[in-house]
Amino acid sequence: MSKLQSLQEKINYDKTFDCVQCGYCLPACPTYETMERETHSPRGRINLVKMVAEGKASIDDLEKPIEKCLGCMACTTVCPTNVQYGQILEGAKEVIEDHQVKSTSRKKMEDFLFGSFFPSGKWMDTLGSLTWFYQKSGLQTFANLLRLTKAAPLHLDKFEKVIPKQPSPKERAKRTKRYIRTRPARAKVAFFTGCVMDSVFFQTNQNTIELLLRWGFEVVLPEEQTCCGALHAHSGKVHDSIHLAKRNIEAFEEEEVDYIINNAGGCGARMVEYDHLFEEGTSWHKRAEQFVSKMKDISEVLVEVDHVYFNKLIDKTVTYQPSCHMTNVQKVLSPPLQLMKKVPGLTLKELDRPDFCCGSAGIYNIINYEDSMDILDVKMRDVCNAESETVVTTNPGCLLQMKLGIEREGVNHTMDAEHLVDLLLEADPQQR
Amino acid sequence: MSNWMEDLREVIPGNQIMTEIADRYSYSFDASFGEYLPDAAVQAKTKQEVVHIVKIANQFNIPIYPRGQGTCLSGGPLPVHGGIVLDLSQWPEQIELNADDLTVKVSPSVLTDRINEEAEKHGLMYAPDPSSAHVATIGGNLAENSGGPRGLKYGVTKDFVLGLELVTPEGEVIRTGGQTIKNVTGFDLTKLIVGSEGTLGVITEATLKLMPKPPSVQTVMVEFENVRTAGEAISRTLTSGILPSKMEFMDKACIQAVEKFQPSGLPVDAEAIVIIELDGHPETLKLETVLIENIMEEIGASNVSIPATSEEAAKIWHARKQVSPAIAKIKPTKVSEDATVPRSKIPDMMDRLNEIKEKYQVEVVVFGHAGDGNLHPNILCDKRDQEEMIRVEKAVEEIFQAAINLGGTLSGEHGIGTMKAPFMEQELGAVGLEMMKRIKDSWDPNRIMNPGKIFPEKGQKLVLRNE
Ligand SMILES: Cc1cc2nc3c(=O)[nH]c(=O)nc-3n(C[C@H](O)[C@H](O)[C@H](O)COP(=O)(O)OP(=O)(O)OC[C@H]3O[C@@H](n4cnc5c(N)ncnc54)[C@H](O)[C@@H]3O)c2cc1C
Ligand code: SF4
Ligand code: SF4
Repeated sequence: MSKLQSLQEKINYDKTFDCVQCGYCLPACPTYETMERETHSPRGRINLVKMVAEGKASIDDLEKPIEKCLGCMACTTVCPTNVQYGQILEGAKEVIEDHQVKSTSRKKMEDFLFGSFFPSGKWMDTLGSLTWFYQKSGLQTFANLLRLTKAAPLHLDKFEKVIPKQPSPKERAKRTKRYIRTRPARAKVAFFTGCVMDSVFFQTNQNTIELLLRWGFEVVLPEEQTCCGALHAHSGKVHDSIHLAKRNIEAFEEEEVDYIINNAGGCGARMVEYDHLFEEGTSWHKRAEQFVSKMKDISEVLVEVDHVYFNKLIDKTVTYQPSCHMTNVQKVLSPPLQLMKKVPGLTLKELDRPDFCCGSAGIYNIINYEDSMDILDVKMRDVCNAESETVVTTNPGCLLQMKLGIEREGVNHTMDAEHLVDLLLEADPQQR
Repeated sequence: MSNWMEDLREVIPGNQIMTEIADRYSYSFDASFGEYLPDAAVQAKTKQEVVHIVKIANQFNIPIYPRGQGTCLSGGPLPVHGGIVLDLSQWPEQIELNADDLTVKVSPSVLTDRINEEAEKHGLMYAPDPSSAHVATIGGNLAENSGGPRGLKYGVTKDFVLGLELVTPEGEVIRTGGQTIKNVTGFDLTKLIVGSEGTLGVITEATLKLMPKPPSVQTVMVEFENVRTAGEAISRTLTSGILPSKMEFMDKACIQAVEKFQPSGLPVDAEAIVIIELDGHPETLKLETVLIENIMEEIGASNVSIPATSEEAAKIWHARKQVSPAIAKIKPTKVSEDATVPRSKIPDMMDRLNEIKEKYQVEVVVFGHAGDGNLHPNILCDKRDQEEMIRVEKAVEEIFQAAINLGGTLSGEHGIGTMKAPFMEQELGAVGLEMMKRIKDSWDPNRIMNPGKIFPEKGQKLVLRNE
């Protein structure tokens, strides 16, 4: 195989032909809107991948447009010809990542890391729990994560303010791995805890377990579970992400459960596509399909049961910022809205453009801070227009980003952001 | 290059001038075929910027190509001779609606659907409805004289333009037409500019006509056992005193593709269906629906369905919308034609299409706005298969020829651009084409404004392959 041919294969050249360049994706793409050029549109990116595959443009030319893509997949939802943009994007990232190994950027990054990041004691304190996240996620060192950023300044301090207070390690340790019911259980579910959720939003995870119990489920937390691998895939580390997928599939096979529940839109989206990672007909593919068939967002299982009522009146106005990955990949649209509509006293004001990404997009807001903030500004105009007191989300990344947006707009005295799970528990659900 | 670039930078902000490879390739295509690398892509956000850019292009003899959202299906915005792609899509949206006069003044970048959205707030509508209206700019619509299903009853873009502001190829600003419905002052330059595909200048503002939004609509779906009856049914309806707002046609291949792609309850056994939409007062609609039912029964339609609720009607129209993605599943490359024939010739055209399909062994599906004779024969093929693409090129040529022979035209909607330029003389005759060319040459003496479009270049042939 010639060099160009193998590049073509890796970069999914064939899939680019599904794009008929109709432009239907342009109005849906946040970066096309804020960066104002076709280069940063889905159609432009796909075309560039094609140009690289044909040897007309270089991998370097492709790097920036791909790095600036949020991966929000809004383009795939509107695409009339069903272009597999997700796969094209991942292929491009992998090619870029492989290409970079030869560059000096790694060194630059590590210099930055060990020179200025680690010595920042204040920052490390706040993120104490995150160390755990990195271990658990298999990213192992910050270097792995941050090498992506080249030597771009990381605006980590901006996030400091919005990270919730962390529970003590003692509190964390109190959690059991199994919640068996005295009455017969409605069903048995395994809870996928996630890395960011379980470190930064530990309490929300606890609340998730509590909700599941109140809804009558038996809950187990398989111990061997690990990071979903989304961040790895988004940064071109395909092999790592496949490895993590296998570990999770194994971990969740250990228990006989009816559903696997997640409460993070981004992780859920990754996991409902685990089967795409393996070749059809292989045993891993079969196991992945099993895994996928059980995977549900928490809102999907809660909404199916109606014998639960809410005890407490929640007298406030909320708006809902759906997670892009939940909308465009998991295609879970209405369950969160249906649940909120059941909460007594709650007024739900929907956004004008709920499907427009908030700009958090995994670690996009850390790596491409300025671009992310441009997108967040568009989102916040819509959020502020809705005149609500609380922005409800279903994904940790979005939650942090919305908190950041509220902070940036200076409306933190009148508005806050919370996870759907926390809102539901606050309304004190009880079985009839 | 450096000279004109420096001059450009004097007025145009740096971030609006794009010269990197990635950016240039991003403006090298549209929704048709071919890709041409421009020297630069430059964005204009004001009339003054357009004037500046055009003057420089004219002075330095650099080709310049206006571009909206690049959804053109005939190659209109392609920079075939290098030079500058002038991107107008980022011009801040301006929509000035005057409800009392039923007019609206818009900037060129406004997406067509947005005009309708604003109009609806006042109980009005902007009638032209190309199916790309949520993506395409009004500037592109004006330049291509776009139309959609509602063209049958209300007309196309040109029927809704009252006045234009244009930057000429020499960089002068002119205004044509005005704010009034009636206007007979001098030549009708407005109509000349509409449909000129960006070859006569850059449209920087348009005043458009609005109309009252009909209070209600009714959908009717009719099935036929043969295409000829469907054709007759269309003519019969239109001579019965009823003017539907839409009459959409789908052939068997199309119906089956949709049902395979996303089962929508379309009749898979029918040879053809016609989906009709009536609009107007609810009482009138009731009456007209019965009349249509009678006509269809008389003529021998195999079935007539009348959706009882708006949801059911929406389902039918949704199925119609699925045609594009559904047929894309047959083969990846879609050559979408829009040859148009007099309504009475639809069955003949369908016969010709079948012959062409057999002769060249290509996949053809047909749908379209049958009410106005605007068919969309789509050839499904694979761009990577050179041998197949040569057959497709020949088939397309014969489709054009067939349309012209039946008294029709090369293009009902999508424009001439690069793709149909080689066939212009066949339709217009040598003198007809020459008269058009003279107009073009006197408007654009240095031939910098969107060269390579409409007028065939020496020896130019239809090419759908990338060599
Ligand atoms: C899926 C799909 C469906 C479509 N359906 C329809 C349909 O139903 N009916 C229909 O008529 N068309 C249809 N089209 C074709 C296309 O959308 C229209 O031609 C549309 O008007 C192009 O608008 P644009 O903004 O994308 O312009 P572009 O494609 O960017 O440009 C089109 C032409 O207009 C010129 N131009 C653009 N802006 C200006 C300006 N301000 N001043 C001067 N010249 C300018 C360009 O030079 C070019 O020649 C469809 C296209 C696609 C991809
Ligand atoms: S909507 Fe789909 S086919 Fe159309 S340009 Fe975008 S990616 Fe390509
Ligand atoms: S994934 Fe989101 S940001 Fe990336 S091209 Fe698609 S719509 Fe644009």
